Order: sequence, then C-alpha cells, then structure tokens
Amino acid sequence: MTTWWRWCTLSNVVTLLGLGVVCLVPTILGLFPGIPLGYVLYLVSLGLIYAIVALGLNLLFGYAGQFSLGHAGFFAIGAYTSAILTTRADLPFILALPGAGLLTAAIGFLLGLPALRLTGLYLAIATLGFGLSIPQLILWLREWTGGSMGLHKLPFASIPLGPFPAIVFRTDQEYYYLALGVLIVMTFLARNIVNSDTGRAFIAIRDSEIAARAMGVNLVRYKTTAFAVSAFYAGIAGSLYAHLLHGISPEDFTVFLSIDFVTMVVLGGLASVSGALYGAFMLTLLQNLLTRLPIVSEFKNLYIVVLGLILILTVSFFPHGIAGAVQEARQRIERRIEKMLVGL
Amino acid sequence: MLELPWAQLIINGLALGGLYALAAFGVVLIFKTTDVITFAQGEMAMFCAFIAFTLITALNMPFLLALVLTLVLAAMLGVVIERVVIRRVSTTSLINPVIATVGLGLILVGVAGWVWGYEVRAFPMPVTGPPWRVGTVVLSQLNALILGVVIVLMVLLFVFFRYSVIGMAMRAVAQNRLAAQLMGISVNRINALGWGLGTALAAVTGILIAPLNYLDPLMMGDVMLKAFAAAVLGGFTSMPGAVVGGLLLGIMDSVVGFIVPELRTTIAFLLIVFVLVVRPSGLLGRHEIKKV
Repeated sequence: MTTWWRWCTLSNVVTLLGLGVVCLVPTILGLFPGIPLGYVLYLVSLGLIYAIVALGLNLLFGYAGQFSLGHAGFFAIGAYTSAILTTRADLPFILALPGAGLLTAAIGFLLGLPALRLTGLYLAIATLGFGLSIPQLILWLREWTGGSMGLHKLPFASIPLGPFPAIVFRTDQEYYYLALGVLIVMTFLARNIVNSDTGRAFIAIRDSEIAARAMGVNLVRYKTTAFAVSAFYAGIAGSLYAHLLHGISPEDFTVFLSIDFVTMVVLGGLASVSGALYGAFMLTLLQNLLTRLPIVSEFKNLYIVVLGLILILTVSFFPHGIAGAVQEARQRIERRIEKMLVGL
Repeated sequence: MLELPWAQLIINGLALGGLYALAAFGVVLIFKTTDVITFAQGEMAMFCAFIAFTLITALNMPFLLALVLTLVLAAMLGVVIERVVIRRVSTTSLINPVIATVGLGLILVGVAGWVWGYEVRAFPMPVTGPPWRVGTVVLSQLNALILGVVIVLMVLLFVFFRYSVIGMAMRAVAQNRLAAQLMGISVNRINALGWGLGTALAAVTGILIAPLNYLDPLMMGDVMLKAFAAAVLGGFTSMPGAVVGGLLLGIMDSVVGFIVPELRTTIAFLLIVFVLVVRPSGLLGRHEIKKV
C-alpha cells in the first residue's frame, strides 16, 4: 500500500495551504469594508502577471546566467500580438494567449543568436537595444499597432467550454483567478524545467561555459532555448496584461520596466522559482501602494525615496534575496519542530 | 551617396557624441576601479547640477567658484555613498551592488523632486556668444566647450590610469582585489577614491548638460542610456573607447535621425549589436580569455 501520508511533508502542506489562501484572497479582502477591492485586486493581478515575467527572466538570468535588459520588449510583443489577434483578426483570447507566447518565443530564439557571442555587459546592452527598439517599431508600424494612440477596447478574456456557456473574465475579481491560474501553470512548468536536464544544462552554462561544453552541453541549443523559454513567459504575461488593461500603448513598455523586471528577480532571489514570485509582488505592491500610506503621501515624492531605501536595505541584509531569507527562516522553524517532536 | 548636409550632420553628431562620452566617463571610471556598474550616474549628475544651480542662482556665486565647490561636494558625496552603501553590498554578489545603485538613483530623484520640485528650469550658460560658423556649418559655443572638455578629460584620465601610481593601484584593484591588497594597496581607500572621482565626473556632466537641455529631476534618462551604449561600444574599460564609442554613436544618431527619425534608436542599436557580434569586447576593449 502506498503510504499517502508520506506526501504530507511540511513544505507540501504549506504549499497547499498557501494555494488555498491565495484562492480566497478576494473573499478575505472583501471582509474589510475600507479597502477599495477592485483596485487592490487589479494591483494583485498586475503582480501575478509581472511574476510570470520574473519567472521567465529568472530562468534566463538566475539559472542560465544570461543577462537581459530587454524583457519589456518581449512583454510588449506579447501584449501587442494578443491585442492585434483579438481586435483585428477576431481570434478568441484562448488562441491569442498561446499565440502571443509562441511568437514572442520565436523572437526570443532569434535574439538568442547574437547572445551566443556576447556575455555580461555587452549582452546587457544588446538586449537593452532590443528593449528600446520595440516601442519605436510599434510607433512605426502605425497601421497595425495604432501608433502612439495604442490599441484599445480589447475584448474580455474568455474560455469557451464547448456546449456550455463560456467563462468570461469581466471583473477584476474574475481576472484575478485567470491570472492566478496561468501563474500556477507557469510556476509548475518553471519548476519542472529547473529540475530537468535542460535546467541542469542552464546552470552548467551559468557556472562555466567552457566546463559545460567540455561535459557535452550544446551551448547553441541551450542558450537559444533559454532565451526562447524566457521570452515565452514574457509573451504570455504580455497577453494577460493587455487584456487586464483592455488597452495598451507604447509608453507602457519603457526601459524602466525592463530594469524593474531585473530588480524583481534580484530582490526575490536569483535562481529561485519562489523568489521570482516574491520579488514581483513586493515591487509591484510597493510601487503602487507606498503613495497611499498616510505619512508617506504627505510629502511629495517621498515614496520614491522609501522605495530606493527598501531596495538598498534588501540587497544589504538579504544578499540572496527574499527567497534566501525565507528559506533560512523555514529551515530554522523546521529544525525547531523536529526538536519538539523528538522531545515528545 | 545620398544628398545630405553631411558636414553639419557630422558636426551635430560629434556634439551629441560628446555628451554621451562625457556621461560615460564616470560609469567607466567607477567600473574600472570598483567593478560595480552604476545605474545611479545620471541621477548623480542631475543632483550635482541642482547643487550648482542653487549655488549660482540663490547664493549669487560666480560660475567657476560654483563649479569648484560642486566638484568638491560631489566627490564627498561619492565617498560617503561608497562608505555607507556600496562597501556593505559589494562583497555579496556581482548584481547586488547594481540593484543598490538603482535604489540610490531612486533616492536621488526623490530627494531632488522633494527639495527642488519637478518644474523644468533653465540652467545658466557657462559660455555665451554667437555660434561659430564655417561656411554653412554651425557649431554652438556650448557644444564646442563640451567637446573640448571631453578631449581634455579623456587625455587626463588616460594618463592618470596609465602612468600615475594611484591610477595603477586602481587598475590593480579592479583586476584582482586580493592580489592588490597583498601588494599593500588599501582596497577600501581606492574604492572610495573611485567613487569620489566618478561622482565628480558626474557633476561635470550634469553642469554641462543642464544648460544644453533643461534642469529637472529626470533630465538624464535618455542621455545615460546612450552613454551606456557608447561605453560598451568602445569597450567599457577604456577611456578613449568611451570617447570613440560616444562620438560614433552620436554621428549614427544624427545621420540616421535625419533620414528616418522614427527608427533612430532602433537602427543605432542594430549597428551596435552588429559591431559587438564582430568584436564581442567593443572597439577598443581587450578580449579577456577566461580560464576554467
């Protein structure tokens, strides 16, 4: 007989409990009458979407060691692909979402080719150039993208269920569940990639390209794969972003967004799946909620200072990011529980 | 060849490239000595420009005195930042100090916006007078001044790093901290010096760019991006490289901007990527051979 209770390790139970809690977030928030529920859920959805980008960037940067300052470009391509497919080609959202991911992945693959020769800073500038060029190209391809006006009035995201009525995500609360569902799938995928031979090849390339090649890792294949996979994540997230806002314009995808993505990954913890989630949430919520704190909002611009201070303090005191700190704390708690159990 | 006003475009490009090179110097210098890529350089330049602005307008100081005072203050600011923030972070990993500088940049923008506000101001001109003309080609005196400062700074910094004892110590620290320390170099002091000098360079950048564009907390964003690109194009560890990269980028920008203004940045960066694919360490950078 399989011993099912062996599955009930602390980490699995915590994960399950956590999942239960995030599913109830709208309900819990609804209990507090003072909170503007729609706005907060919109922010949380935004955090979920950025978390998808951060997951992908962490695969590329944290695991494969390839720096990218151009992820806002991938994000934009995903958003625009999805917007054009649903408004101009009248495709349903359920096809536009993977379509955006796949097209972005193909472009990521192409960007991976020059990256074969570039490392570190030089790669950063090449990807930065990519990120800067995409908004310009969007402006230039006016007929398709609507130029500086952007694309608006995107249809609601929906999932058709054959004979049953389709699920339509109209309100912020419904959209929260959509973003959450996609994020859970993508997290699962990321975890599996990390633990597969592909993930190990990424780590080997990060630690030493020459050593990896000597062990038979095909650099061309795995570097381009890393870029394609990372771009796929950003593309999916871009599609979700476009349908969350129902409208996009080139100004949404500046270089500062790319820098934000890198910051999320580093704050959360490099080479950690959960770290990407922590970092994305922390930065998104801080950026949007700090202005609303009572003391901070009294002084103009103080929130930028507070945000900067938090960045510096985090990298000073948690060099392995939030995920590193969480892991340490968890090990400490686990040890204590074990001691208690032995004592019983 | 296309019918273009080539001479004027190239002069405009050189003027623009001078800005990029100037802004790149500080980044390259800090990277050369402390191995940290700073994203706060533009904000430092902005902050120092505001300090100079206050000295000149509120305290009625003459321009040169304000410049010297700002340079001193900037150097002190750099040393303090190294001591308080960077030294604590730089031992942990390579990327953490970079994020710390992003945070620093945010703090500087926030404080500047808090103290001086977000309205756009005009910065007093360091030189006044009609632009120089040769035939149909025009060059403003301010742009000429910037180009002159860039050339002088390039030569000074090049000589400093190549021949002076402190410059050599700085290069040694950048190459190998431990070995440098064993040779009797105080690594902490060299790092502080690097940040002091880098921030003083930021002050020069800010004071020269502010009269050309305008003065506000977000004035350096675009210039800094191009400065990074210029530094990388030139090789990132070389001062002449930063100048060559900056001037080339400026000329590309000006010529491409004349033909297809919408795709200015796109084509400039495509060319950079092309150059980097051919020479992966930039034009004047030395290719490092890594050992396992």
